[in-house]
Amino acid sequence: MLMISPRMASGMQEKQYTPSLLSFFIYNPKFGPREGEEEKKILFYHPIEIEKNEKIRNVGLCEAIVQFTRTFSPTNPAKSLHTQKNRQFFHEAEENYWMVMVVRNPMVEKPNKDGKPPTVEYQEEEIIVSNLFNGTFSRAFEAGGVELLTQKLEKFFYRYLQTLHLQSCDLLDVFGGISFFPLDKMTYLKIQSFVNRVEESLSLVKYTAFLYNDQLIWSGLEQDDMRILYKYLTTSLFPRHSEPELAGRDSPLRPEVAGNLLHYGRFLTGPANLKDPDAKFRFPRIFVNTEDSYEELHLIVYKAMTAAVCFMVNAAVDLNREFCEQLDSLVGPQLTLLASDICEQFNINRRISGPEKEPQFKFIYFNHMNLAEKSTIHMRKTASVSLTSVHPDLMKILGDINCDFARVNEDEEIIVKAMTDYWVVGKKSDQRELYVILNQKNANLIEVNEEVKRLCATQFNNIFFLD
Amino acid sequence: MSDEFYLELSENPVQFENASSVNNVFFDEANKQVFAVRSGGATGVVVKGPDDKSSVAFRMDDKGEVKCIKFSLGNKILAVQRTTKSVDFINFIPDYPHLEFSHECKTKNASILGFCWTSWNEVVFVTDQGIEFYQVLPDKRTLKLLKSQSINVNWYMYCPETAVLLLSTTVQGNVLQPFAFKSATMSKMSKFEIELPAVPKPAKLSLSERDIAVATIYDQLYVMYLKHHSRATNSPGAEVVLYHLPREGTCRKTHVLKLNTTGKFALNVVDNLVVVHHQSSQSSLIYDIKLRELDGALNVHQPVLPAQSINPYKIHLTGPAAAPSQAPVPCELYSSSWSVFQPDIIISASEGYLWYLQVKLQPTLKLLRDKGKLMDFLLRRRDCKMVILSVCSQMLTEGDKGNLSVVATVFDKLNQVYKEYLDAEQAYTAAMESGPSRSSTSYKRPVRTQAVIDQSDMYTHVLSDFTEKKGVKHKFIIAVLMEYIRSLNQFQIPVQHYLYELVIKTLVQHNLFYMLHQFLQYHVLSDSKPLACLLLSLESTYPPAHQLSLDMLKRLSTANDEIVEVLLSKQQVLGALRFIRSVGAHDNISARKFLDAARQTNDTMLFYTIFRFFEQRNMRLRGNPGFNQGEHCEEHVAYFKQVFGENALMKLATA
Repeated sequence: MLMISPRMASGMQEKQYTPSLLSFFIYNPKFGPREGEEEKKILFYHPIEIEKNEKIRNVGLCEAIVQFTRTFSPTNPAKSLHTQKNRQFFHEAEENYWMVMVVRNPMVEKPNKDGKPPTVEYQEEEIIVSNLFNGTFSRAFEAGGVELLTQKLEKFFYRYLQTLHLQSCDLLDVFGGISFFPLDKMTYLKIQSFVNRVEESLSLVKYTAFLYNDQLIWSGLEQDDMRILYKYLTTSLFPRHSEPELAGRDSPLRPEVAGNLLHYGRFLTGPANLKDPDAKFRFPRIFVNTEDSYEELHLIVYKAMTAAVCFMVNAAVDLNREFCEQLDSLVGPQLTLLASDICEQFNINRRISGPEKEPQFKFIYFNHMNLAEKSTIHMRKTASVSLTSVHPDLMKILGDINCDFARVNEDEEIIVKAMTDYWVVGKKSDQRELYVILNQKNANLIEVNEEVKRLCATQFNNIFFLD
Repeated sequence: MSDEFYLELSENPVQFENASSVNNVFFDEANKQVFAVRSGGATGVVVKGPDDKSSVAFRMDDKGEVKCIKFSLGNKILAVQRTTKSVDFINFIPDYPHLEFSHECKTKNASILGFCWTSWNEVVFVTDQGIEFYQVLPDKRTLKLLKSQSINVNWYMYCPETAVLLLSTTVQGNVLQPFAFKSATMSKMSKFEIELPAVPKPAKLSLSERDIAVATIYDQLYVMYLKHHSRATNSPGAEVVLYHLPREGTCRKTHVLKLNTTGKFALNVVDNLVVVHHQSSQSSLIYDIKLRELDGALNVHQPVLPAQSINPYKIHLTGPAAAPSQAPVPCELYSSSWSVFQPDIIISASEGYLWYLQVKLQPTLKLLRDKGKLMDFLLRRRDCKMVILSVCSQMLTEGDKGNLSVVATVFDKLNQVYKEYLDAEQAYTAAMESGPSRSSTSYKRPVRTQAVIDQSDMYTHVLSDFTEKKGVKHKFIIAVLMEYIRSLNQFQIPVQHYLYELVIKTLVQHNLFYMLHQFLQYHVLSDSKPLACLLLSLESTYPPAHQLSLDMLKRLSTANDEIVEVLLSKQQVLGALRFIRSVGAHDNISARKFLDAARQTNDTMLFYTIFRFFEQRNMRLRGNPGFNQGEHCEEHVAYFKQVFGENALMKLATA
């Protein structure tokens, strides 16, 4: 079951063009079927400065391509078009709502170089994120016609596209996974208990999610909704708030130290300071369960030290100062305590498992079943750049292996010898994928295979991983 | 209404002939016997004990007025005091002469206040000048002095349970000197002083025996002092002060029970609760000295429950005077003719009844709103199990706000007791295993009291009904189950499988698969084969359950056969084979099972691979690629030949 495919991975320093977003637009052909009304089809176009006729031309071209390919495959029209300079992706988000993304291919001043596959997946996620904040397109259309829809789209995508950093996308972005915080059973049960009690005393709260150190511990939301919310929290909301937090650590604490109610709780969404008489009690709204029940919720994110809790409240309810104060006084002290408990427990566990062993292996793990991801390649994921400890070329190989895996349903294993003495191993077992990068000069295939077996035995001995 | 009375008189009282001018009634606390002496014994003595065995009737000569009459333990010897100088004895041992003999106290000019039996043949005379400890020799009809002690005595009190005699000494009578008796030995314990509310001048006897009671509470001996309200100290009411009397060491004042009223009181101890009867208000108060109050270093206690009368009691008139159809008449409670004895006896001499006082637990549920305090209270009672379980059921259906933290508190309290029992049991087992020769102290098997509420009790009586209940939000059900599991974990008690099953059932019922998935991910539901099988059965509704189940089987490391079965059932024949090889068990597996599975896939290449693998195994194990008779693979060999031809079969290597 071994496949070896030596691939070129050039380490040469040459002039490169990184992939970048050229344009992005959304249209609905039903909105302007007649000639001369083509502009009405366009719901959103980025960049906005482009001349109107060119917009219409590009939309028309896409429509034509989709229509044309439909004749060959009525249910499955073209998804992407690859040209010498760029690549276009077509995605029908909802019936008749098309999203198109044009990405410039990465180029090295040398022919025979491939594009980057991960971007394909990227698109789907966007739609879902937009669903999270906007609800579905047709809902908005029903509610306020085209104008409302275009307004909403502009508002969202203008901001969203800024957070998109195509040049630093890699395998983790393809997975769109969730990083879970490792925790012992007892502390986990304490968190359960905390969540249950808060939900009982604040009956408005419908769902709760608990994160620590930007990693998920508990989600009351369904998996798909949590995936998007997690993406939003870790790539957008948390990074925006991390700066003031770091600064605030040395400065004296919030004024409400008095009364022995010392706690570090604060709102990340909604009121920045409860004491402020002009504080606004507006929270972002999100849409969950769009498949069936379609719920609109307020998203309250509350944080104490490195523990963050998301409380979701039915959007029909008006949240006021009283509620926020109640939440603050109830959750603040408990969460502060819990956060230090978790930290303590985590340190104990780490001490038991021995001093941080030098991670000999660089790997990425992903489980499609629970979306759990784990990476020793990424130092730290920030909003703008993901710092990886390996060369981008190796990351590209990972992307390629992933593409290969996606094509077949069976378990398989791919071992690649890169040009720079690196071995890259991809393993797929049931719903799990593991990618390992080994730097062993002169190692042969058998040794690499043994090495990976060892890694599986030490790092993944508690799961069923076929080898 | 009747469910508010938390105290009641026993259903079956001991009945005796009521006291009258011709019938004197005596009560012996040691044997709990009532003596009805008619005309000095000449017309009969009827002894009624708590059971028929201890009831006796006999006749004795009238030699003057009887002051005190008591059997030794086991009704062996009867002692009768008629004068202040001597005590008379009669043998009741079979085959011994049934003759009286008399013994005078040895101290001259002393008058006998009374006597107490400390065993079947040992007796203590208490005189105003000291005590004399004798052994009775029934065959010789004499007494042998074991020990004596001279001391001025105002009055005495004897606690039969602990064989401790308390003497009131000094002019004011408030210095108490205890003595302990044990098989022919008498030991003096350290004396102590009862603090009087006011010191009279000139000094006179100020501590009456009426205000002192001795009883064991929570296996400790206490002297209870009823401290009356005094105008001088400006205290709001009377108090009961408890002095702890340890076997060794000094006696200390440890607890104060606030009565918050004044008047005439009487004390009982029932089920380790101190009961204070108040005559003028016709009500009683109960105190639990282990229930901690928030204030102060010295334990000051308020009544656990509001004052309440003893449950009204009706007397069925019997005897020739009563017509059979006559309705029972209410009994006068808190009557002035009542006498109260320790620990739990109330006697009405004028009506001829002896009752045991009892505590009913059910009414406390309504009276004690604080569930945590209620649990503390109930866990220390004797017959508490069903009541505790009903409290649990009740609190889960009440649906008060903030209920969950109450539920958590209650679970923690239950599991604390449960854990203590498990630990004791484990220590006992360990001690037994290490061999009786080694252990110098003899271990006693820990007693499982009713307060030990284990998981099966909770499951059967509380949780399984609760999860089935209509109209309870599933969120709350899950929260409660998780809270119970949390509490068990906190006390490091292994959780039983049926609780996990209950959690899973509830989650599945409400389609909360993702929640289940997360619980399993954090190992909240501990691994076990039954749990893994349960997960497998969920696969059709929730596909990820398959992965979860396999992971669990893998972690168990004793379930390799199950893993193979699961993989084969998924037609992952190669996967199964590789797995079994990775754990090194591939020499023992059934070739037929794998070949069967490979055939079913209709994948001839797969069949070839599997077949070849077993040929190689045969070669390695037996030096011959062929299958044995017992392996029943003939059918597969035939199929192999048919598909790939005879030549494809592995040949024996010819040297």
